[in-house]
Amino acid sequence: MKRGTPPAPQTRAGRPAVSRSRRKEILVREEILGTNRKVAAELRKRFEERGVLAVNMISSPGAGKTALLEALADRVKGRFRMAVIEGDIETERDAERIRRKGVPARQITTGGACHLEAKMIGKVIPSIPGDVELLFIENVGNLVCPASFDLGESLRLVLLSSPEGDDKPKKYPEAFLSADVLIISKADLFPHLPFDAARAAREALDVNPRLLVFVISALTGQGLPEFVEFLAARLAALRHA
Amino acid sequence: MHELSLVASLFDVIECHVKEQKPKAVTRVRVQLGRMSGVVPELFETAFDTYKKGTLAEDAELEIVVVPVKARCRSCRRIFRPAPDAYSCPHCGSDRWKLLEGTDIVLEKIEIEI
Repeated sequence: MKRGTPPAPQTRAGRPAVSRSRRKEILVREEILGTNRKVAAELRKRFEERGVLAVNMISSPGAGKTALLEALADRVKGRFRMAVIEGDIETERDAERIRRKGVPARQITTGGACHLEAKMIGKVIPSIPGDVELLFIENVGNLVCPASFDLGESLRLVLLSSPEGDDKPKKYPEAFLSADVLIISKADLFPHLPFDAARAAREALDVNPRLLVFVISALTGQGLPEFVEFLAARLAALRHA
Repeated sequence: MHELSLVASLFDVIECHVKEQKPKAVTRVRVQLGRMSGVVPELFETAFDTYKKGTLAEDAELEIVVVPVKARCRSCRRIFRPAPDAYSCPHCGSDRWKLLEGTDIVLEKIEIEI
């Protein structure tokens, strides 16, 4: 929508005419994120038709998204084919960590953007193996912005790690409101912190009573078997839908 | 700070609606921001003022209407407006409710000069 220089209106005699601009109102009533939603809906259809459970992971930086994926890679090996799309502002580091676990990973570096958008996912889909069953999308570490952008996932996880504090859900409601699952991570640190897991869960459930809550330690493996069974059930449900 | 991405999408939607009219300028843009949309009105305004430079909307005025949250209680079926930090139905106290309004970002109308 670049500004052009409109030719000056001329009368038949060639003299400039008196400007006859008028103003007009256009009613739109359109959702600004409509385009992202449309792309996301196409992706979701594609994933579900191919029997892929796509999972969007949202949290603040350092809440343990990559560590959880590393632990999951070990747990699902030989059972489900898993792949990861990594979103970060810079570096390939997270994708390299996942690849070291023998799991295909594709890094998206946003170069500054604080969230992933559906069209970014669409662009990297061709480089994801076609036979994948669990596709994790690790969003840019940020508890605010990613919540507004549907990526075509069938499941949205929000992670809250114990060092962040149990009062976060009501301070950052959007991320908790839009998620299906809350993972309280770094459970191994509970004995060392004034963190009340029950309060964190209660706050999150106040914001969104539909949330399913898992308490997990990627380090000790606490809560992982239950979470893997949950993913397996969701994958089976998606395939029989 | 995803407001700039949102403003870029806003400009795509504006362009889509005005291009056939070939306007001289876009003079006014009215946007509804849900209180739970995750958008900060002040940041949205700053992003709009940055993005509009060099476009048809260079001198456009941005009007923001903040839309309060509206919910329907799943227990007593009544509609209510939850206050910030209040997550239960003020009528029956139930915490099972469905959001009806207040999470969207909507381009409501545009004024153009033709």
